[in-house]
Amino acid sequence: MSYYARASGWHPPALHPPYKTSVKRSPSFAPVTMPQTPSELTGPAFGHSLLGPLDNDLIRNFGAEPAIGPRIVVFGRVQDEDGRPVPEALVEIWQANASGRYRHAKEGYIGAIDPNFGGCGRTITDEEGRYEFRTIQPGAYPWPNGPNDWRPAHIHFSIFGRAFAQRLITQMYFEGDPMIWRCPIVSSIPSREAVEGLIARWDPEATLPMDARAFRFDITLRGRRRTMFEGRP
Amino acid sequence: MRFRESASQTAGPYVHIGCTPNFCGIGRVYVEDLGGRMITGDAKGQRITILGSVVDGAGMALRDAMVEIWQADAAGLYASPEETRGAADPHFTGFGRRAGDYETGEWVFETIRPGPVPGPGGRMQAPHVTFWIVARGINLGLHTRMYFPEDELSADPVLSRIEHRSRIPTLVAKAEGPGAYRFDIRLQGPEETIFFEC
Ligand SMILES: [Fe+3]
Repeated sequence: MSYYARASGWHPPALHPPYKTSVKRSPSFAPVTMPQTPSELTGPAFGHSLLGPLDNDLIRNFGAEPAIGPRIVVFGRVQDEDGRPVPEALVEIWQANASGRYRHAKEGYIGAIDPNFGGCGRTITDEEGRYEFRTIQPGAYPWPNGPNDWRPAHIHFSIFGRAFAQRLITQMYFEGDPMIWRCPIVSSIPSREAVEGLIARWDPEATLPMDARAFRFDITLRGRRRTMFEGRP
Repeated sequence: MRFRESASQTAGPYVHIGCTPNFCGIGRVYVEDLGGRMITGDAKGQRITILGSVVDGAGMALRDAMVEIWQADAAGLYASPEETRGAADPHFTGFGRRAGDYETGEWVFETIRPGPVPGPGGRMQAPHVTFWIVARGINLGLHTRMYFPEDELSADPVLSRIEHRSRIPTLVAKAEGPGAYRFDIRLQGPEETIFFEC
C-alpha cells in the first residue's frame, strides 16, 4: 500500500515572492523524493474521548455569553482522492473573530477583541468522514506584506488523516468574496481550480432556520493504492 | 483518482491558536494541548530530550513555527491503527507537538529513543524521528527526519538514496549532554536541511 505522489505544480511552491515572508523561509533545494516506509504510512489516531462537548462550537466554547457576529455552520466531508471517506480524522480550526481580530499576544490590529470568542475548535470525523463546526463568520483583516494587503475572510484548517503522509494544513474561504482573487497567500496556489477547491459554498438546504447559515467545505486528502491481496475498504 | 487533494496554505502566524491554544493563553477550551505529553506511563526505552529551533535564511530563529514529531517506540513499533507489525507500547504516543518559544524560538520534546523500523524491501532503517514544520511563510508543511549521531547510518535505505552526500549531516542531531540531542532545522543557506517528499 502506498499513497499517490503529490502532483507537482498543484500545491503552492515554497517560494512565492508576492508573499514576502516566503522569501527567507523557502528551502532553495527541491525536496528529496523518498520511499514511503512505516514512518510515513502510519500516523497518530485521536479518539472521540479527546473531545469536550463544546470543542466544535466556537460560538460557545470560550466565553460565558455567545460570541458576537454572524452565526454560521461549517460542515463537510473529509475524503481521499478516490472519494473514500476518511473516518476518525482530527480536524482543528482557528480563525479571527467577526472584527477580523485574532486572540493572540502578537496581534496588533485595531479590530475589537470579543471577550466571548477564543477562536479555536476541533472535531473528529464520523464513519462517513463528516465533520461540523458552529462558529462566527470571521472578518477580513489587514496584514503587513504589501502597502495595503488584506486577507479575505478565512478559517484555518489542520487535518490528520490515517497516515503522516496525509498531514495537511490549509485555509477555507467564502463563496463570492472578491478579496480571494487579490490575496498574495491565495495566489501562491498555481491554479484557479485548486483555489476553487478551498472555497466553501453557502448551502441553503443545510441552513438552520432563525439560527445560522451553513457553508459546505469538503476536504480531500491523499489517496492510496492497495495491493491486490488487501481487502476492500 | 477522481478528486484532487485540497491545496495547502500557510499555517500563518497564529497557528498556535488552533493547535496549542493553552500555550498561547487560550486556556479555557481544551484540557491540555495535543501532543504535549508523549510518555504517558511506564514507557520502555531510554528517555531522551530533543531540542532545537527552525532558522530562516537570515539566520534568525522562527518564533512562530509549530513543530510536530512522529516516531516509533523503543521496539520500533508505531502507536497507530495503521501499524501492521504488532502492538506498540501503550505508554508512549509517538506523537509530539510544540510551538517555538515566543522569544527564542526554541522547542523541546521529552521522548524516548526510537527503535529501528523496516524500510523498502524489508531493509532496516536507522532509528529516526519524523519532523513536520509549519509557520508563517511556509506554504506547504516541511517534512524531514532526525537521525542519531552515535548510530551507523551508512546502510540506511533512505539516506543511501540521497545524491548530495554532503547534505546528509543536516539530518543528524548533535549530542548535547547525556540523553540530550540538538536538531536545528535550517530553511536556507549552506547547511539547508534536507526536506523530503514521499
Ligand atoms: Fe489567518
